[in-house]
Amino acid sequence: MEHLYEMLSKVDGYIYPNEIELNWSILIVLYPYITGLVAGAFILASLERVFKVEVLKPTYHLALLTAMAFLLVATMPLVSHLGHPLRAYEIMTTPQPKSAMAIFGFIYLWYLMVVLLLEIWFDYRRDLVLWSREKKGVLRIIYKILSLGVTDLSRKTLAWDEKLGYFITVVGIPSAFLLHGYVGFIFGSIKANPWWSTVLMPVIFLFSAMVSGIALVMFLYMIVSWVRKVKIDMACLDEVGKFLFYVLVLDFTLESLDQVHRIYEAGESFEILHLLVTGKLTYTLFIFQGLIGTIVPILTLGAFRIKLPNEKIRKPLYLMASFLVLVGIFFMRWNVVIGGQLFSKSFLGFTSFKIGMIGMEGYLMAAFWLILPFFILAFLLWLLPPWKKHAEAELSE
Amino acid sequence: MGTERITASRRNFLKRSAVLAGTLVATSAAKPLTGMLFAANEPDKSKPWYGIGIDIEKCIGCGNCAKACKAENNVPKEPFYFRSWVEQYTIKNDGTLKVESPNGGIDGQKQTVPEEEIFKTFFVPKMCNHCEKSPCVQVCPVGATYESPEGIVLVDKEYCIGCRYCIQACPYGCRFLNPVTNTADKCTLCYHRIKKGLKPACFEVCPTGARIYGDLHEKDGIMHKFLKQHNCHVLKPNLNTGSKLFYNGLSAEVR
Repeated sequence: MEHLYEMLSKVDGYIYPNEIELNWSILIVLYPYITGLVAGAFILASLERVFKVEVLKPTYHLALLTAMAFLLVATMPLVSHLGHPLRAYEIMTTPQPKSAMAIFGFIYLWYLMVVLLLEIWFDYRRDLVLWSREKKGVLRIIYKILSLGVTDLSRKTLAWDEKLGYFITVVGIPSAFLLHGYVGFIFGSIKANPWWSTVLMPVIFLFSAMVSGIALVMFLYMIVSWVRKVKIDMACLDEVGKFLFYVLVLDFTLESLDQVHRIYEAGESFEILHLLVTGKLTYTLFIFQGLIGTIVPILTLGAFRIKLPNEKIRKPLYLMASFLVLVGIFFMRWNVVIGGQLFSKSFLGFTSFKIGMIGMEGYLMAAFWLILPFFILAFLLWLLPPWKKHAEAELSE
Repeated sequence: MGTERITASRRNFLKRSAVLAGTLVATSAAKPLTGMLFAANEPDKSKPWYGIGIDIEKCIGCGNCAKACKAENNVPKEPFYFRSWVEQYTIKNDGTLKVESPNGGIDGQKQTVPEEEIFKTFFVPKMCNHCEKSPCVQVCPVGATYESPEGIVLVDKEYCIGCRYCIQACPYGCRFLNPVTNTADKCTLCYHRIKKGLKPACFEVCPTGARIYGDLHEKDGIMHKFLKQHNCHVLKPNLNTGSKLFYNGLSAEVR
């Protein structure tokens, strides 16, 4: 409890006495960040499948598996942050229908079980069957189990795989919107907190999710290609870059609209939020989220819209832009979650935020939850390598 | 031609009626679901429905209330956890505001602003507002925070998962995570005492009788009298929480 005494000495102005400690810490910053990456990656995958943007094909499976890897981890920071993690099941067994948070478990399960798992399964079923025939030992058994015993590879069945997979993707798009719009609603519906309470919050969360997910797939596609020592499909990368640029502009516009509206309306919370933005959030908002995470990538990707420089210049710049966007969106989540708790609901002062290295809510734990999905992804890419999928021609009759 | 037109219009009329009837049936079927959207249920008028009255003009800022609350309810002693506290408001001659509540006012309060600079000063005791449309009850994902039949907002610490959403949702800063139970904690209006006919601890120890509580449904009851005789206000009325804590003499600066 010593850190609370230290924070007490750093209180600026007046805060209610219960407001010294931030209730939602770094783990709750990670929660919208990770779910956003999932939703964004999935939406990118859907572009290829539903809207038939053929040039994006090289990223399709990578995007799906990335969404899967991050979705598996999405609930971990949430559950480990609970005062009673072992009671987490109550949210499923006795959800309180008036609570915006109560539906999370169901939306999450819907998205995991119905959308992602099914889509991946339909997409990989043929390969699972073929791999189970080709491989030996444990792998053979694993692929057999994963194919769920549906070994029929007739043209008719495969056509059904394709049809159902397509149908699930179509259902998946609104689901991805729902998943992350909903996360925004959890914050946006808290009328006690003027920094959160805006009707734009779900929309902003959604667009920032798309931005971060697309950037992540772009980044991973380049890294994975480099690790596999294969040539990057520049047409695909340019297309991803184009989408990233458009969504980034939309996201930036929406967030600016939110701030302009706040400033022009200048309600009773204006003074305290102004102090928050120009004080405690200066670096994370203006430098990390604004300049590094938004302006620099927008200018870079925007310049490519005017004239594409040659490949040697584009590649590192794409890598940089996608990485900066990922950093920027992380700080966007930070500014929402942490920023929203730094000022007192009395609007008269500020508390401070201190984060330790160790412990459940420390830097190390947060880094662990953030790195874990990459290992899961590496495993998924090993188990279900998109580049070893069988071409149509290899089809057995 | 004419007959055809009449038939077409009759068909359209039937179609529209069917759509209207269908919409009506669908809306009435969806009616019970509106409960999911709104924060509160209507109170039962035949049962007691408690409200609280605090007379700011009577409060001397001794902090006995905050101290008694901690003792009675086993609230952790550290200065970060309060079910009840007292704020000292000082408005200076230059129009600036200073608010203080060291250790929740438990140890009494000292005026730190020199007397010649003071325009006016007063104390505001704070506690849970036991809102009728309480945002904390609305957001609890598992229903561990609930309203008693008397309209008192309580927490089931055996069921609370400790997600802290309710703490975020309370506009008045009345909730905290109890570091011992790891669950949300707040004022219960000493439910264990009032059920036995005793006064809540903070009411019991108030030397000036600045606090009262009573049944808001009772005509000519103590609360009705208090509300009739004073110009009362609630905190943050713009948030429409249906606060049942009414202050007499509440200055506009108080949040």
